[in-house]
Amino acid sequence: MSERRSFIRPYGDRLNDGAVQLSFSLPMSLSARSREAAKSIAGRLGLDQIRLVSALDLGNGFSFYILYGTTMVEIDDQAIHLTEVERPLLDFWRINQLLEFELKKRVTVVGATIGTDAHTVGLDAILNAKGFGGESGLERYPQFRVVNLGAQVPPDEVLEAAREQRADVVLVSQVVTQRNAHLENLSLLAEMLEAEGIRQDLLLICGGPYIDSQVALEVGFDAAFGPGTTPLAVASLIVEELLRKAQ
Amino acid sequence: MRLPISSEQVRHCRKLAASIAQEVKAEISPLSTVSVERSLLRLVGIEGSNQESVPLVNCFIDQITGQRALEDGALYWLSNTILATGESPQGIAERVGAGSLDLVRLPRQPRRAIEDLCRQIVQDALVTLFGKQRQRREMEESLARAPSPWLYVIVATGNIYDDIEQAKAAAEQGADAVAVIRSTAQSLLDYVPEGITTEGFGGTFATGANYRLMRGALDEVSRRSNRYVRQVNYCSGLCMAEIAALGVLEGLDILVNDALYGILFRDLNMIRTMVDQHFSRYLLGLFDTIIVTGEDNLIKTIDAYEEYSIVLVSQFINEQLAKNAGMREERIGLGHAAELDPALQDSFLKELVQAQLVRQLFPRSPVKFMPPTRYKSGNIFFAHALDTLFNLVSVWTDQAIVLLGMPTEAIHTPYLQDRYLSLESALHVRRAAGSLGRELRFLPNGQGAARARQLLAKTEESLTRISEDGLWNSLASGAFSAIRRTRKGGRGYDGVFRKGQFYQNPFLSREIVRRARRETAAT
Ligand code: B12
Repeated sequence: MSERRSFIRPYGDRLNDGAVQLSFSLPMSLSARSREAAKSIAGRLGLDQIRLVSALDLGNGFSFYILYGTTMVEIDDQAIHLTEVERPLLDFWRINQLLEFELKKRVTVVGATIGTDAHTVGLDAILNAKGFGGESGLERYPQFRVVNLGAQVPPDEVLEAAREQRADVVLVSQVVTQRNAHLENLSLLAEMLEAEGIRQDLLLICGGPYIDSQVALEVGFDAAFGPGTTPLAVASLIVEELLRKAQ
Repeated sequence: MRLPISSEQVRHCRKLAASIAQEVKAEISPLSTVSVERSLLRLVGIEGSNQESVPLVNCFIDQITGQRALEDGALYWLSNTILATGESPQGIAERVGAGSLDLVRLPRQPRRAIEDLCRQIVQDALVTLFGKQRQRREMEESLARAPSPWLYVIVATGNIYDDIEQAKAAAEQGADAVAVIRSTAQSLLDYVPEGITTEGFGGTFATGANYRLMRGALDEVSRRSNRYVRQVNYCSGLCMAEIAALGVLEGLDILVNDALYGILFRDLNMIRTMVDQHFSRYLLGLFDTIIVTGEDNLIKTIDAYEEYSIVLVSQFINEQLAKNAGMREERIGLGHAAELDPALQDSFLKELVQAQLVRQLFPRSPVKFMPPTRYKSGNIFFAHALDTLFNLVSVWTDQAIVLLGMPTEAIHTPYLQDRYLSLESALHVRRAAGSLGRELRFLPNGQGAARARQLLAKTEESLTRISEDGLWNSLASGAFSAIRRTRKGGRGYDGVFRKGQFYQNPFLSREIVRRARRETAAT
């Protein structure tokens, strides 16, 4: 069945049934009132045919609800707006070739996890030769020179390294996002690069499992990558952007 | 359900670890650190901070450090000042904090008088602390005994008041131990923040005041539900020794305390960490507090199956370092995890075997088993299934303390309902599978036995290498999770010093401890 459907609704066990499952806690002990409150919330969210299938007391004045309902909301397939563009990926050889013969330079990439964040695995997956998901990391590309500063790097040290290494690309990772810890770090770095007058010489890219790409662009980044990013995706973007800038 | 392993080989591993630990001890015993000295001041009752929010214990140590008088230690200068001025320790610290007292300028009092006073101050402090400890144990004994394994959950909102609400709910839902995760940055601070805090990242700051609030809340639930709920925090980072002191002062039951974690994962200096860890453990041992170690972290970034033996290597070393600090095995909760890729064939069996092996290698340790985290994704339903299998391994192999996994591990620090769902699964498994280990056996020549033998052989081999190279060189050569650290590198080395000829620390004196115990018993 390859027929193109232009309106889409959630699917439970029948096309267009609009089935949705939902769960949340309330700061109320379990009671008839709290159950009603839970259902009202589902109603206000726009669900119909609400069924409260589980209601549990969590102690200390809290309770937990699992609900099902149906939604009439439908999405026009043609009108879906993408914030992350699905760009075609280049391959390993093509990337090195473009850098060597078109851009005519070896690209220096400085990477770091900044602030107090100590998570290194995500950035290493992109940078280390070993790579991720069966793909080689940037270190394996002859045309990339990778300087990985590691974790818990203060933004001013990234700036310093970017200048010293004459970086073409700065890659930063942020994994801890609780209470928006990452936003402060990201904007600080972008501002510092700007203030030091080297921002325009660089491609500034961030990544991490909970990064909102819209917000990252707003605080001054050129691109942002989310969960499951592969090295190839990052390398492809770098090549395209550097070639575009060089023109 | 025992695995057939050679007890000869186990003994040998222990001997190798003991020699590794002995070498460390010999090297660190002439040393102390700024953090140890600040902990001594806290233990004798100094608290609070000055107008600029600098903790008084930091003001005190900074002042004597600035005057190049640190080598005589905190208690020497405190006693000297008491003798010279007749003021109380707190009064002295407050004046130091205000900048109106210069400790080192005061005339040096007779050595004998200083020593006597030091001993008296310390003995009094110990009597107070032993008294508090006795009250706490009496409370525990007045309540129903917690079943095994203890179910351990974390709260991590960043705000102590939210933490308290969540901790109380968790306790009511059946948690036996509640840990307040610490703010990301705290381990790198060379001071312990003061007061009640509501702004942390990925966790809440460890402060004396926060400990007290949480203790009160957990005691309240404990009494209400007739089940003693244990309070846990992190005795790590640059202030490890001070946290140990605060833990003892505020009646914490379990402290996460690993000898290598800070060195490997926070780039703390190795000498500093070893000195701090030794005194922390000594103190916690004195008050019979449980420590739990952090071996789960060693396999978060390397191949957790192929390189699993590093967990066992570190456990042997942690055990001996703790014993050297005077702890008994019943209080050394060695940590471990499997972190196996669910795509592996027989990953459940593999996890079962490893957990049983740890249980067998450290039969008296309240071993702490940690849940899968690495291979969790946003698929909370699959994560919950993984955790249920983990709970089964825990109960089946009779782990003592089980940190519950969360369905939302890959998303956020736990929500209230995440913790509830985890506890519900664990309580079910504890009820449903408690007798499994007594009923089933491993095949003598099956996969499990082979894996256990292979792991033990690899562990013995690594311990042999580390004991030949010494711990310092091994840390430098990347023997632990391929991370390399240099002897004088990392944070906090400038806070290490060699004890001078007047240095005093009667907390280490068996005689004083004995006297304090006797005095406590008599009251
Ligand atoms: C391993 C781990 C750790 C290890 C880290 C070891 C190390 N050297 O990295 C240790 C134990 C040290 C650790 C500590 C902490 N952790 Co942690 N940790 C994890 C865990 C289990 C896995 C993370 C991981 O390695 N993922 C695998 C990699 C490959 O995925 P990734 O990071 O998403 O990276 C991919 C993409 O995002 C992207 N990407 C990432 N970075 C970049 C950068 C660029 C430039 C690009 C292009 C792409 C990119 O590409 C990668 C490949 O696809 C997660 C839970 C989970 N299952 O996700 C928690 C988790 C990330 N940790 C968390 C927390 C809170 C902490 C602590 C703060 C807890 C505490 N209070 O002590 C501390 C932080 C200490 C600190 N100072 O930062 C939270 C974060 C919550 C949040 N949303 O803020 C999580 C989600 C756990 C939880 N539920 O609480 N952690």
